[in-house]
Amino acid sequence: MAILINKETRMIVQGFTGKIGSFHAQDMINYGSNVVGGITPGKGGQTHLDRPVFNTVAEAVAQEGAEASIIFVPPAFAADSIMEAAEAGIKYCVSITDGIPTQDMMKVKQFLRKFPKQERMVLTGPNCAGTISPGESMLGIMPGHIYQQGVVGVVGRSGTLGYEAADQMKALGIGISTSVGIGGDPINGSSHRDIFEKFEQDDETKVVVMIGEIGGSQEVEAGIYASKHMSKPVVAYIAGLTAPKGRRMGHAGAIISSSGESAAEKVEMLRDLGVTIAPTPSAMGETVARVLAKL
Amino acid sequence: MDIHEYQAKEILAGYGVRIADGGLAYSPEDAVQRAREIGGDVWAVKAQIHSGARGKAGGVKICKSYEEVEAAAESMLGKRLVTHQTGPAGKVCLRLYIEAGTNIAKELYFSLLVDRAHESIIMVGSTEGGMDIEDVAENNPEKIKKIQIDPAVGLLGFQAREMAFALGLEPSQISPAVKLITGCYRAMRDLDANMIEINPLIVTGGSGKLMIMDAKMGFDDNALFRRQKVAELRDKTQEDKREMAAADRGLSYVGLDGDIGCMINGAGLAMATMDMIKLAGGEPANFLDVGGGASAERTEKAFRLVLADEGVKAMLVNIFAGINRCDWIAEGVVHAVKKIDMKIPLVVRLSGTNVEEGRKIIAESGLPIITATTLAEAAEKAVQARNEQVAKEQAAEGATT
Repeated sequence: MAILINKETRMIVQGFTGKIGSFHAQDMINYGSNVVGGITPGKGGQTHLDRPVFNTVAEAVAQEGAEASIIFVPPAFAADSIMEAAEAGIKYCVSITDGIPTQDMMKVKQFLRKFPKQERMVLTGPNCAGTISPGESMLGIMPGHIYQQGVVGVVGRSGTLGYEAADQMKALGIGISTSVGIGGDPINGSSHRDIFEKFEQDDETKVVVMIGEIGGSQEVEAGIYASKHMSKPVVAYIAGLTAPKGRRMGHAGAIISSSGESAAEKVEMLRDLGVTIAPTPSAMGETVARVLAKL
Repeated sequence: MDIHEYQAKEILAGYGVRIADGGLAYSPEDAVQRAREIGGDVWAVKAQIHSGARGKAGGVKICKSYEEVEAAAESMLGKRLVTHQTGPAGKVCLRLYIEAGTNIAKELYFSLLVDRAHESIIMVGSTEGGMDIEDVAENNPEKIKKIQIDPAVGLLGFQAREMAFALGLEPSQISPAVKLITGCYRAMRDLDANMIEINPLIVTGGSGKLMIMDAKMGFDDNALFRRQKVAELRDKTQEDKREMAAADRGLSYVGLDGDIGCMINGAGLAMATMDMIKLAGGEPANFLDVGGGASAERTEKAFRLVLADEGVKAMLVNIFAGINRCDWIAEGVVHAVKKIDMKIPLVVRLSGTNVEEGRKIIAESGLPIITATTLAEAAEKAVQARNEQVAKEQAAEGATT
């Protein structure tokens, strides 16, 4: 079943005809994703990658029944594109774009809250690798072939560290139901906890893996949610044990600015909440294997 | 991006916030001249470095004569000041701000920050000014007032008043406080700041006026493209030289204090790799994120940046190829090593797309590259190579002396 996307999900690409948008749209099509068209304002009516180009998201929704969208629009315009998708009735949006100003993201989040919860678009990212339901569909920029289909749900901030986890699991014969990148920015569309809720409701997912990092409090909030509301076991790895306080470690949001935000503190709190900790990044696969063996 | 105290004060003064008379000085003579222009008989000489807690590091001195101003300026200019926020390397002081001395009746705290959990700007105020707010939060949390600002409507008048009353001000001071709070908020919003900290915000003795004594502002790097005037305030002397050089080449670099240089793709994998190095008993010197498309030229540039750090005793390349391909990376690595003439050991771990082809290129290059297949093995080999390199250098040193 997977979460967020499957074989049938009708997808569009915002920033379709640009170099990056074209490259990844083709990659998604090759993987088997149901890409029904794309948006490039001013190029409506043209055909690109054998699919129609629209001027607005609303047209793509009306004419192609688009349900999900992926954004490759430059950072200055990305927030606007996200809000356009939400207004047009898109149900799920991935923003790949890195470098969106923080105050723009505040506006986006505020804008999304005006929709009733059942109708509100789910946003993941920005600054993420996207989402993949292995064997079904991919709405992202990841190398699809490293993912094996299976029963482990993965949610993480980092792209390449998510690949590392998928690779370790595949080497042990462990597959993934859906892997969701929530991005490395301080304000993001969905939190670890938001994705936990979806995995808890998904019959196919048996174990959930959280790949977190320093900065903010989302990992611990997800751990609290899991301890109270989840029947499925959770495995976590938190990156950045060596990160000094006050230094931004690559991701805009990877910075320890107050107590509780370091990797050591998060690990301790998560352990207390009953989460199984992968002590090192190279132990993510084997830790999941151990938890799966106990089911 | 951070800016200096004097720059933050100039910006905030433009938003109607009261500051003391002051001027910038680049030499002791300048400093005395500024003091003369300001007048009065007490001045503060303040080192302009990108750090708080300057007082304890000798970066703020109260002077009661021109001679004292000159001596204070002499003691700061050109020096590296080390505070608990700068790291052991400290920050060089090349500019001074000379300010009129002020009679202080009360020290308060006020800041505006990005609140990640609530996805909004938050206002923080306390009657306990002049000290580290984290200490106040720890010991007297009831003395801290926090108010969320709704991004849709912005700061509301009643919220500013609520904060002013929470600061324990007199009725006659509420209106000026609201003006100050509103001015700071507008600066935050208009300029894409992600932090404004006024510590202390003071009430002057006698007249009871509100004035900002110290001011820190930080800006959202992602928004600098639309804040040209803010971007111009960048002071490169306050930033890590290695990080600046990388940023100028479109690469992301974080300088650290160890001696193993790292070239990695992706910030999360970089943090994880550094964790593994630490667990293996080593310390990373830096990490360079090469990002998605690592061409041969880009790889060479990245190598040069990692190796430009003279303290680096071994280098680790850890790439998980997603969009890019291991064979391209391997070619880039071989090309860079041949061109650069590396004097330290290199460990390469490739994984992901076309990994077999990549490993073959490294193996057939004939270069003394140490390879690893897993993350753990890569970290262990890097630490081992570093230890051997250090031993070799020590032996060589012993032989020459």
